[in-house]
Amino acid sequence: MTDQTTRPEDVAEKGRIARIIDSDIFHSFIRSKVTVIAAIVTAIFMISALLAPWIAPHNPFDLAQISILDARVPPIGMDASDPSFLLGTDDQGRDMLSGILYGMRISLAVGFLSVAFAAVLGIFLGLVSGYVGGRTDAIIMRIAEVQLTFPAILIALLIDGIANGVFGNLDRERWAVWILTFSIGLSFWVQYARTVRGSTMVEKNKEYVQAARVIGIPSFIIMFRHVLPNVMGPVLVIATINLALAIITEATLSFLGVGVPATQPSLGTLIRIGNDFLFSGEWWIAIFPGLALAMLVLAVNLLGDWMRDALNPKLR
Amino acid sequence: MFGFISRRLVMAVVVMFVVALISFTLFRFVGDPINQMVGIETTPEQREALRERLGLNDPIIVQFARFIMGALQFDFGNSYQFKQPVAELIGKRLPATLELSFVSALFALFVGVPMGVYTGLNRHSAISKLFLSVSLIGVSLPTFFIGILLIFVFSVHLQWLPSFGRGDVVALGGWWTTGFLTVSGLKALILPAITLGLFQMTLIMRLIRAEMLEVMRTDYIKFARARGLPSRSINFIHALKNTMVPVITITGLQLGSIIAFAIITETVFQWPGMGLLFLQAVQNVDIPIMAAYLMLTAFIFVTINLAVDILYVVIDPRLRTERSGL
Repeated sequence: MTDQTTRPEDVAEKGRIARIIDSDIFHSFIRSKVTVIAAIVTAIFMISALLAPWIAPHNPFDLAQISILDARVPPIGMDASDPSFLLGTDDQGRDMLSGILYGMRISLAVGFLSVAFAAVLGIFLGLVSGYVGGRTDAIIMRIAEVQLTFPAILIALLIDGIANGVFGNLDRERWAVWILTFSIGLSFWVQYARTVRGSTMVEKNKEYVQAARVIGIPSFIIMFRHVLPNVMGPVLVIATINLALAIITEATLSFLGVGVPATQPSLGTLIRIGNDFLFSGEWWIAIFPGLALAMLVLAVNLLGDWMRDALNPKLR
Repeated sequence: MFGFISRRLVMAVVVMFVVALISFTLFRFVGDPINQMVGIETTPEQREALRERLGLNDPIIVQFARFIMGALQFDFGNSYQFKQPVAELIGKRLPATLELSFVSALFALFVGVPMGVYTGLNRHSAISKLFLSVSLIGVSLPTFFIGILLIFVFSVHLQWLPSFGRGDVVALGGWWTTGFLTVSGLKALILPAITLGLFQMTLIMRLIRAEMLEVMRTDYIKFARARGLPSRSINFIHALKNTMVPVITITGLQLGSIIAFAIITETVFQWPGMGLLFLQAVQNVDIPIMAAYLMLTAFIFVTINLAVDILYVVIDPRLRTERSGL
C-alpha cells in the first residue's frame, strides 16, 4: 500500500461534495440571488467578527491606544474627519469601526450560545416529552404553554432582573454575558420542544423504533441515537430564525441597560452609548452600530426564510 | 362548548397561580426585603421587630396566602426605591401605557389591513414587492433602533415632532390622564405609536396577504366573479370577511406583546408609562414593582388569551367540535 492509491475516504468525500452540489437544496440556493447575497453578507460579518483582533484598525480596549483628544471625530466625508477613523470615533475617542467589529463578536457569541442552549434544552425536553408521554409529557407541555403566554423579551428581561438581585453589582460585570445567554436561551426553548415533541411522536410509532425496542435497547439510547437524527431537520430552521431573534434580544437588553456592560460593549451597548449623543449632532455613534446590527439580522433572517422554504417538502 | 370554556378558565387560573408563585418567590427570596427597606443604622433588634411586624417569620405557606390575598386587592406593599405604595405608582403610569398601546394597535390595523389586501390582490405589482421588502426590513430592525431612526429624522433633523415625554396631559376624573386632548400630547404620541405598532403592522399585513391569496383561489370567489358581482364587493365583502378569523386571533394575542414591547418604546422615548417603571425596577432590583408588574401583565395576557380563545370558537362554528375534543 503506497500513498498514491486513492483512499476510500477520498472517494466518499468527493461523492459527498458532488452530492451536495447536485442536490435540490443547493440548486434552490443558487437560484435565489437574494439568498446568495444574504449568505455572503452573513459570512463576511461572521468572519470579520471572528477576526476582529487582527483586522480592526484599532483596539478599543487598549487604553494606551485611545486618546480623549480623538473623541467625537466624524466619519470620513465630513468636515474635520480623520482618515484613520473610517466611521469616526465615540465620546471616549474609540474608533467606531473597531468598536463595531468587537461589538459584533459579543453579539454573535451571545446569539450563538443562547440559541445552542435553547436548542439543547428544547430538544432534550421535546424528545423526552414525545417519547415518554403520559404525565411527564403533560407537565413539560403545560410549562411550555404557560411560558408561551408571555413574549420572550419579557421573560429574558425578568430572568436578567432576578440575576441582578442574586449576583449583586460586582459579580454582574463578570457574569453579564453568561447571564444574558442563560436568560435569552431560557426564553426560547419552547419552540424547539414543541417541534421535536411533535416529530418524536410520529417517529415513535415507526418500525425502526419498534424493532429497536424489541431487541431490548434502552429507551434513552433509542431516543438520542435513533430518534434524534430523524427529528433534527426542522430544528435547524428554527435555530437559524432564532439566531436573528436572539441577536435582536441581546441588543435590546443591552440597549435597555440590563445586558452587556459598557466595559465589553456589544452592538446594543454601542447604540445605547450613541443614543445620548444623537441630539448633539454626533449621529454616527448610534447609527453605524445600528446599521451593522440591522444588516446582520436581515441577512440571517433571509437565510432562515429561504431555509424554511427549501426544507419544506410541501412547497417543492 | 361549555366544557371547552371551563377548561380554558381552569388553565387561566393555573397560569395566574404559577405567576403568583414566581412573584412571591422573587419577593421573598431574592435579596432580603428587610435590607432593602431600612437604612444601615438600623439595629438588629429593630430589624427583627420589623421582620416580625411584616410577618416574614410566619410559615411560608401563610406568607404566600397573604401575598395572594394582597395581590387580589392589588396590594404589593411599598416600592424599595420610591417608598410609595406600588399600586399607586403603577396606577399613575397605567394611562400612559394604555393610550400608547391603543393608538399603536389602531395604527397597525388601519395601515396593515389595507396593505395586506392590496399585496394579496396584486401579487406581482411593484408596489406589493416594495411593501413586502419594507415589511421584511421592519421585522429585521429591532424596535429600539426604529425608534432611534425616527427620532433622528423627525426630531433631530426635521424638528417636527418631540422626541420624549407625553406633552401636555389633561386629567380626567380622579386618576386618568390623557394626551388625546392637547396638540402637544397628540404630537408626542405619533413617533412612539409608530415605533411600537410597526412590527404588528407588518405581521398583520403578511397575514392578510397570505389569507387573501388563499381565499381568492376558492370556488365561492370564482362563483361570485362568474355572477358578475363588482370586484370591489368581492374583494372587500366576500374575501376580506373570511380572512378576519385568524386576523382577530393574532391581533388579540399581539395586544399582549404590544404591552410587553412598550417597555422598549417607552425607554427610547422616555414615555412615562408602566414599562419604563418596570425597567427602572429591574435595574434597581425593586422587587415589589417587578412582582406587581408581572402579576398585572400576566393578568392582561391571560384575559386576552381567554377572550381570543372563546371568540375564536364563537366566530368559527367549525372549530367547536374539533376543539372540544381536546
